[in-house]
Amino acid sequence: MVNEDLNVIAEKEQAARKKIVIRCCMAAGCMSSKSEAVKKNLEQAVNEAELSDGVEVRGVGCMKLCCEGPLVSVDSQNALYEKVTPENALELVQTLKGGNTGIKRGDWNHPFFKKQMSIVLANSGEIDPERIEAYIAVEGYQALLTVLREMTPKQVVEEMVKSGLRGRGGAGFPTGIKWGTVAKTESAQKYVICNADEGDPGAFMDRSVLESDPHSVLEGMAIAAYAVGANQGFIYVRAEYPLAIKRLQTAIKQAKQLGLLGSSIFESPFNFNIDIRIGAGAFVCGEETALMASVEGKRGTPRPRPPFPAESGLWGCPTLINNVETFANVPPIYRKGAEWFASIGTEKSKGTKVFALAGKINNTGLIEVPMGTTLRQIVEEMGGGAPDGREIKAVQTGGPSGGCIPAQHLDTPVDYDSLMKLGSIMGSGGMIVMDDSTRMVDVARYFMEFCVDESCGKCVPCRAGTQQMLHLLEKILNRKATGHDLAKLEELCDMVRHTSLCGLGQTAPNPTLSTLRFFRKEYEELLQPEEFGRYENGEARALK
Amino acid sequence: MDRLKVATVWLGGCAGCHMSFLDLDEFLIELAGKIELVYSPVVDVKEYPENVDVCLIEGAVCNEDNLEILHKIRARTKVLVSFGDCAVTGNVPALRNKLGLHNVENILQRAYVENAQNNPAIPKADGIVPRLLERVTPVHEAVSVEYFLPGCPPPADRIKALMTQVLGGKEPKLEGANLKFG
Amino acid sequence: MAAKTLTIDGTQVSAEEGATVLQVARDHGIEIPTLCHLEGVYDVGACRLCLVEVAGIAKLLPACTTKISEGMELKTNSERLQKYRRMTLELLFAERSHVCAVCVSNGHCELQTLAYSHGMEHVRYDYCFPKWKVDVTHRLFGMDHNRCILCARCVRVCWHIEGAGTKNVSGRGASANIINDLNQPWGQSDSCTECGKCVMSCPTGALFHKGSTVAEMVHDRDKLEFIVNAREKKQWIV
Ligand SMILES: Cc1cc2nc3c(=O)[nH]c(=O)nc-3n(C[C@H](O)[C@H](O)[C@H](O)COP(=O)(O)O)c2cc1C
Ligand code: SF4
Ligand code: SF4
Ligand code: FES
Repeated sequence: MVNEDLNVIAEKEQAARKKIVIRCCMAAGCMSSKSEAVKKNLEQAVNEAELSDGVEVRGVGCMKLCCEGPLVSVDSQNALYEKVTPENALELVQTLKGGNTGIKRGDWNHPFFKKQMSIVLANSGEIDPERIEAYIAVEGYQALLTVLREMTPKQVVEEMVKSGLRGRGGAGFPTGIKWGTVAKTESAQKYVICNADEGDPGAFMDRSVLESDPHSVLEGMAIAAYAVGANQGFIYVRAEYPLAIKRLQTAIKQAKQLGLLGSSIFESPFNFNIDIRIGAGAFVCGEETALMASVEGKRGTPRPRPPFPAESGLWGCPTLINNVETFANVPPIYRKGAEWFASIGTEKSKGTKVFALAGKINNTGLIEVPMGTTLRQIVEEMGGGAPDGREIKAVQTGGPSGGCIPAQHLDTPVDYDSLMKLGSIMGSGGMIVMDDSTRMVDVARYFMEFCVDESCGKCVPCRAGTQQMLHLLEKILNRKATGHDLAKLEELCDMVRHTSLCGLGQTAPNPTLSTLRFFRKEYEELLQPEEFGRYENGEARALK
Repeated sequence: MDRLKVATVWLGGCAGCHMSFLDLDEFLIELAGKIELVYSPVVDVKEYPENVDVCLIEGAVCNEDNLEILHKIRARTKVLVSFGDCAVTGNVPALRNKLGLHNVENILQRAYVENAQNNPAIPKADGIVPRLLERVTPVHEAVSVEYFLPGCPPPADRIKALMTQVLGGKEPKLEGANLKFG
Repeated sequence: MAAKTLTIDGTQVSAEEGATVLQVARDHGIEIPTLCHLEGVYDVGACRLCLVEVAGIAKLLPACTTKISEGMELKTNSERLQKYRRMTLELLFAERSHVCAVCVSNGHCELQTLAYSHGMEHVRYDYCFPKWKVDVTHRLFGMDHNRCILCARCVRVCWHIEGAGTKNVSGRGASANIINDLNQPWGQSDSCTECGKCVMSCPTGALFHKGSTVAEMVHDRDKLEFIVNAREKKQWIV
């Protein structure tokens, strides 16, 4: 495979493009509401209407407005059809011949779409994720080619540093610096891992990327492998994502067939293979050291760091581990340049971020916005506010490791540092909107229960501490707690945060702490007076 | 100086802690000069008095009777001491909690029916047999407690150590060999 | 190997590169509490009792797995650490049913000893009272899950000193527990060599010799140390 071959494939693909493309979402969200049957019926209807010469029915990845799925778009009409049923297919195709339809139409000009900026999701909802040719036709694998032909690994790392990309897996560690560390560590064997465990409740960004544009992740991993000197990659993906796994398998097979993975890629000395490892769906297996233990076939529990994976990772070898979205950002950075990427976003948070918008909000789905977009723009303009005329009370980001941002802070720009200042985190991109009917102590309890269930049980503060914190939160909710219990809860939050072994335990108190910070009154209203407290004003009386 | 008003009570425990208290031997005589024992299983007073200075509480909180008197004690006493492991941790009486909540019927069934030789029947006379609580708790889960004297039972010399500190007007603090469970 | 100089609780000490903070502290007579650490097997940093403060590092680091470095300034016993340690111990006591009064290890238990040295005269958290069983199916040994603190010392000893690989951890969070082979009763384990090393390693009364009664069970750690010394340092004579 050389440059010319890529171009031939791209040109062939473009030449084969029919005049009209009907896109039908084939990502897990729409597929769960029968989009597969919709697509089949659309194809049949096109055939029956004898339109197949000029009309293509294309299965594509996520079209973002998941709450209105199954989604179908027709490019010649610039139309987006919502909640399409298999029975609607005929009627929809007839519109190409001047027919009318009562199918609900979406509005591409709604801020939900207008305010999006697609880098990671540029191909999502556009191309057929199961055909490598479709990816190549939109400049796919060009970045890898350029990197292998024109850049040294060192230059690749430098370019990444310049782009300012930070990890999208939660902590926001600068990707270029991580790559540089792995590159600098001497070893005959190195690995690249893509973290596709995505265990936050409510999050589905990584799944959508894998289902909608798997090749962008493979290409990103290959570029990273070249930069750090690795020849083997693993994608760790949870078993609950069968469609993502299937599309990845297809993508890897296709890439190998075309020589874009394997030995001597683009006739260079660079070899790189990717294997899939399937996780059984433990949240903690998204933590990098637990993930690596799991890949090695061991029990997925974290271990103390240092040593960091960059020094000693899989089987003791230097290992680069990045998130799905991080890798998906890589090809565009090398296609369009680090400067282009660094011009998007804020000073310290570059590029875009994908969020899975969920909860008490009118438009739920997938959004990609430039860093620095305010929460208000996201939830009020794009999300269309809370349903049933209710008020938005808070926005939760960062899942069980994050916090609740109250409505008075909705003008906060979404970037790593601003969210951190408010006691939350960017997290991997789950964004749950709460309206004024939500009780914040319930929210804290929900996330604490999640941590109790998902704690791996290795270290004492997280295993036993989260159980006690959950118990105290339940006691408060059952109106059986006193001020002493609240103090105990806060003391435990501090202790578990500072003594737990891994990020799960260290961040488990965050939802409680942040609701305490902004909604303390809701806790206090549930407290009972100290009935059988100490004899005098709560003070232990010294004996005289 | 007025003699210190001291009480001891026996909740859900085996009376071992009180036996240990009696093991104080000649120190009891010294104590008698410094304290007034106003309420205890070993004195004949029916109603827990007001304005008690120190109360040693043996046993876990097992039934409604325990809870009721404990609330009264807390309201009328300056300093509570959890006396022995059952009071401090729940200890053996609390082992029934492992059977889960709502275990009360099963326990009574086991004790009064399955293991009975004569007249198997669960005693239910209202106002006479106190009802068991769903969950046995240490004393400090029910009311706040100032000091803790663990041990099963705490041997006499440790009781003496604590009482000496109390009588000396100090904050009782058990350390080293004086702090021991079991 | 190069020597490194560091400060522990205000005292300057020097030690060989590669040593852990715990080793160096103990060599210099500074006691840091531990539970999951066991001489002779690798460390896992799980109990969090040995956490220390390192100047310039925001996070608390486990002494057992942290290697010393030049110029390191350590605090091993600050008020904050003492508070966290006592809380950790209380959490352990509340999590399962450690009824000392009826325990085979009463008086010979590392958990109990640490509770005393940390002034834990009562547990402020509500006890959880989970339902755990006692496995007495083995000919020689028994396991009382109620007293297990999940330090995984038995697992490491079983795999890395005996090489049998019988013991493992199963489940997660509150339901994590020690199992034999593929979670069968200990007595039906094919791989157990009946060496008893796990029993020697256990810090509490969770693993015991059958027939021992309250307060009789002493965990004979010397034997483990002897085996490790024989293997690693080729010292055969005690
Ligand atoms: C409990 C826990 C769960 C995590 N889950 C994920 C996950 O599902 N996906 C992910 O990419 N990173 C997850 N992380 C973060 C990873 O440990 C790691 O930092 C990340 O994969 C690094 O990639 P990045 O630099 O591209 O963000 C998790 C961390 C913790 C502590
Ligand atoms: S913090 Fe929780 S998940 Fe992480 S090692 Fe400890 S027990 Fe396991
Ligand atoms: S059985 Fe003993 S050695 Fe094994 S994990 Fe439990 S407490 Fe530790
Ligand atoms: S001894 Fe270091 S964490 Fe347990």
